[in-house]
Amino acid sequence: MLDTAAPYELHPQVALRPEPFGALAYHYGNRRLTFVRANELVELLRDLGAHDSVDDALAASDVVPARWPAFRNALANLEASEVIRARTAH
Amino acid sequence: MPAPLTEELKRGLDAPICLTWELTYGCNLACVHCLSSSGRRDPRELSTGECKAVIDELRELQVFYVNIGGGEPTIRPDFYELVDHCVGTGVGVKFSTNGSTITPATAARLAGTDYVDVQISVDGADAATNDAVRGDGSFAMARRAMDNLAAANFGPFKISVVMTRHNVAQLDAFEALAGSYGAQLRLTRLRPSGRGADTWHELHPTNEQQVQLYRWLLDRPDVLTGDSFFHLSALGEPLPGLNLCGAGRVVCLIDPVGDVYACPFVLHDEFRAGSVRDVGGFTSVWRSSPLFLSLREPTSAGACASCGSYDACQGGCMAAKFFTGLPLDGPDPECVKGHGELALAGVAAGSAPSPGPGHSKPRPVAVTFRRK
Repeated sequence: MLDTAAPYELHPQVALRPEPFGALAYHYGNRRLTFVRANELVELLRDLGAHDSVDDALAASDVVPARWPAFRNALANLEASEVIRARTAH
Repeated sequence: MPAPLTEELKRGLDAPICLTWELTYGCNLACVHCLSSSGRRDPRELSTGECKAVIDELRELQVFYVNIGGGEPTIRPDFYELVDHCVGTGVGVKFSTNGSTITPATAARLAGTDYVDVQISVDGADAATNDAVRGDGSFAMARRAMDNLAAANFGPFKISVVMTRHNVAQLDAFEALAGSYGAQLRLTRLRPSGRGADTWHELHPTNEQQVQLYRWLLDRPDVLTGDSFFHLSALGEPLPGLNLCGAGRVVCLIDPVGDVYACPFVLHDEFRAGSVRDVGGFTSVWRSSPLFLSLREPTSAGACASCGSYDACQGGCMAAKFFTGLPLDGPDPECVKGHGELALAGVAAGSAPSPGPGHSKPRPVAVTFRRK
C-alpha cells in the first residue's frame, strides 16, 4: 500500500524512456514494461526521490490539487508493479 | 481523456519496444516451419564490430532489451562476447536457442550473467511430436539444455512453443514440463513465413483448436505469448497484452546482414525498411524509412469493416495474410469467424508471394549415372 506521507523513489532498476504519450518504464529486475501515460506523472516519478513524502512531491509539482487523488492512484499502481518503492533512510 | 494506448502505439514510438535480432542464418537444425528459412550462414553477416556498434545505438535509443534469435545464434563464435556487450551497456538480452550448445559450462556461465533470459524451443511435449517438426534428436537436445540450466540454478528460463495442429492437445503437458523446471511457458503463433510457407497449410491449428487455445490462455494470464494471438480476441474477452499488429510501430527485426524488416515474420523485400549499414544507421531506418512511416498511418478495416469483431482482432496478422496471398486489408487466414477460410479459397494456386530461396541447406539430391 502506498503511504503518501512516506518517502518514495523511482526503483533503481527502472529506466524511463520518454515517448510522445509520456514514458515507457522498464524494470530490469522483473522485466516488466509499464506505460506511464502523462508527462506530469513522468516528472513526478523523476522527482519523487528528492522529497520527504509523496504528498510533498505533489505539492512541489505543477499538478493541480484537484488531480492529486488520480495521481496518488496512479502511484499506488506503479508501486504494485515496482516502478517506485518506499525509500528507507540512507 | 488521452487516446487509447493502442491508438498511440499505432502511430509509432521513438524506438522499438520489442526488437528481434537474428544474429545468423546458420543453424544445425532445419525445422520445417522456420520463419527465416535458416540453415547456411550468410558470408555478409555483420561483423563483431558492426554488431557492437548496433548495440551501442540501441543503448542510445534506450531499447531496453533485444530478442536474439537466428538461425541458432549461439553458433556465432562471438555470441557471448556480444551478449556481454549488450548486458554491459544496459541492453538486456533474451535469446532463443535449440539448446544444442547449452552445456553444463555454458549454463553456468549464463547463470552468472544478469539480464539474460534464455528461451529453449520445443514444438512438442514429447520427442515424436517435437522431432517431426524440428528434426531427429532435437527434443532430447532441448531437454539436455533444460537439465543443464536447472542444474546450474539459472532460474526461470523460458520454454518456447510454436502452436501447431499436432501440439494443441499437449497444452497441459507443456505446462507440466515448464512447471517441472520452474520455467516460464511461452506459446506463439505459427506463421506461413520462411519454410513455414510450405508447411503452414498442414500445420496450423484448426478453428476448433484455436477456440481451445483461446480458452486455455484466458485461464492462464501468466503464460507468455508475445501478444501473438490477438486475432483470437474476436472470440470474446480480449487476451492480455497489446491487441494490435506492432510491425514497424513498436516492433521490428534486424537480420544477420543488417537489413531491417517490419517484423520477424515478414522477411521479404516488400517489408524491408533499410539496413543498419545505411547512412544514419538503425535510428534513421526506424524513424524515417518510408515503409515504417506508412505502417504508422491510420489503416482501414477494408473487407473487415462490416464485421462486428474488427475492433477486437484488428484484422489479425499482416504476415499471415501476406504469405497466404490474402489482401492486407482483409481477414486473417485464421480468422475465427471463418472469413479467412473463405478468402483463402479464392486465392489462385501459386499466387501467394514467395518467401524467397532463403538459407536452407541444399538437400541431398539423388543423381544417377547411366552408361551410354
